[in-house]
Amino acid sequence: MKAFTQLNGLVCPLDRANVDTDAIIPKQFLKSIKRSGFGPYLFDEWRYSDTGQPGMDCMNRPLKKDFVLNQPRYQGAEVLLARDNFGCGSSREHAPWAIEDYGFRVIIAPSFADIFFGNCYKNGILPIVLPTETVDKLFKECAAEGYQLNVDLEKQTVTTPSGESFAFDITPHRKHCLQNGLDEIGLTLQHADVIKAFEAKHRAAQPWLFAN
Amino acid sequence: MTDKTLYDKLWDSHVVREEADGTCLIYIDRHLMHEVTSPQAFEGLRLAARRPWRASSVVATADHNTPTDHWDDPDSGLKDPISRLQIETLDANIKDFGALVYFPFKHANQGIIHVIGPENGATLPGMTVVCGDSHTSTHGAFGALAHGIGTSEVEHVLATQTLVAKRSKRMLIKVDGKVGAGVTAKDIALAIIGKIGTAGGTGYAIEFGGSAIRDLSMEGRMTVCNLAIEGGARAGLIAPDAKTFEYLKGRPLAPKGADWDRAVAYWRTLTTDADAQFDAVVELDAATIQPQVTWGTSPEQVLAVGGRVPNPANEADPQKRAGIERALQYMGLAADTPITAIPVDKVFIGSCTNSRIEDLRAAAAVAKGKQKAASVKLVLVVPGSGMVKRQAEAEGLDKVFVAAGFEWREPGCSMCLAMNADRLEPGERCASTSNRNFEGRQGAGGRTHLVSPAMAAAAAIAGHFVDIRNF
Repeated sequence: MKAFTQLNGLVCPLDRANVDTDAIIPKQFLKSIKRSGFGPYLFDEWRYSDTGQPGMDCMNRPLKKDFVLNQPRYQGAEVLLARDNFGCGSSREHAPWAIEDYGFRVIIAPSFADIFFGNCYKNGILPIVLPTETVDKLFKECAAEGYQLNVDLEKQTVTTPSGESFAFDITPHRKHCLQNGLDEIGLTLQHADVIKAFEAKHRAAQPWLFAN
Repeated sequence: MTDKTLYDKLWDSHVVREEADGTCLIYIDRHLMHEVTSPQAFEGLRLAARRPWRASSVVATADHNTPTDHWDDPDSGLKDPISRLQIETLDANIKDFGALVYFPFKHANQGIIHVIGPENGATLPGMTVVCGDSHTSTHGAFGALAHGIGTSEVEHVLATQTLVAKRSKRMLIKVDGKVGAGVTAKDIALAIIGKIGTAGGTGYAIEFGGSAIRDLSMEGRMTVCNLAIEGGARAGLIAPDAKTFEYLKGRPLAPKGADWDRAVAYWRTLTTDADAQFDAVVELDAATIQPQVTWGTSPEQVLAVGGRVPNPANEADPQKRAGIERALQYMGLAADTPITAIPVDKVFIGSCTNSRIEDLRAAAAVAKGKQKAASVKLVLVVPGSGMVKRQAEAEGLDKVFVAAGFEWREPGCSMCLAMNADRLEPGERCASTSNRNFEGRQGAGGRTHLVSPAMAAAAAIAGHFVDIRNF
């Protein structure tokens, strides 16, 4: 996993609530057995006017010009500004894979769906929850072309071009993993003895869980 | 305060270790698996030269991509080479890494993972159950702590038998009283989502309680817990009781003999204590719940069948107004249209929400002796598993459906998410017993209305939505 420390990134606003993971990456792309290559199909049905298929070359597909990702001013954006309940629905990790592969490293929203929120951290994406009023303010401010935000994970701050700063929460565990790009499995296996001891006790109490 | 909620009992009995910030390692008893969210996890194991911690916790099947017809053709109906590769990849991964039970494509007991888990007794009270699938909440109907995980977590569970997680907040949704005739578990669940919203349960594990929940069959309880995720809660829970034990007794993977007695004694302790505290409590009166139909592109956009599609002009909040306008445009609906005036092109009866025997019985009771409307192009009935299919056929339900002009198919996820050939074409409108009415969910440009099995069957026959109570 890529480490995340800090970023000065162009902001792309996606002004709708309840963006679901079916919209982020439609089901036909879930047939892939790989983790990479989903970026061109991010928001496929909102982005292109034809129906996308896996393996399709997206360079010459007809675009829905009004969709934010297709507007020239947002090319190269690394911060996605979103509304409530972003990432709801299916648990597909293909959604954060597509977002990361496209080039976003930070998503800011008033709230996220639980499974999506957790999946982001496993893929070097920092999802940031800010109060609704703050997110409203950022939506207004990013009407200015070239609007960038500074995101600092160490300080846990989002800072606007005018120098206004907003603090965000993250658990120490997630912060540590993200800052160092750590393999969580490796970390957990450092506690293999504790897991084994728990398993032995659990087996003794409920042997039927271990039948066969 | 030592009184605990059911959720706390399940959580506390699975904590392997806890960090200072509350991050825990939780032991996982049952790992359910399907072909879509597992290949990258196995690839990760291979790249790191790791083996599964306990392959005997794995129950796997192929369900998302599998075709529901032409199983006898030389290509088994599996015409899409990318789907075929994904299914064959699961075959190969199970062969390499092992599993307690694997029902591959076309096996007699293959089916939707959330149907085959319970029917084989692979889901038991007191367990932690995970799957790379958000509808894993279904298994909470047995008093198991069950929720969906991402593919990185699938790999983590394979490698360590644990999950890194923090304790959820606890919500009680209490539904008391008796539901009226024609009102089902699906209607209760949709009414709950209409009340709390699709983000209402975010951060919570929901326990469903109250007499209307206790009155539900295990199939109905699974439908309610299945839809917890559509209310934003990763996990739904119902305390196990005599109905739960009766359902499980004798299932292939359920405990036997002395183990059974010991297990039941333990399972009886899995209830919320009298003075346990919840972080939120929501109450509904079962008697006021009517048959539900979604009109928009989010499960919270739901109405009683007697209602009219909302008018954005009546919504003061600009965000919500824009949401209603966008949904109406996508759904091709005019504001204030009565729900019962909306015609349907296709009907889908199936999915992990509503493909169990009780669901098929309810649909067949409506279809018996009737014909689908000429204007309805296709009515798909897709049983949740091979076992459900055989049971339905033993009861003659397949003949009822076929006589009514419905198609009786092989088991799988089918048109719930349209990863196989069963799908809506752009602009087509569907009465569906599935769980998500998101844009494009049942096929690019398709329009989905979520309903109960009886309401779906009735729409197939009338050609438009009807109030099942007057049907």
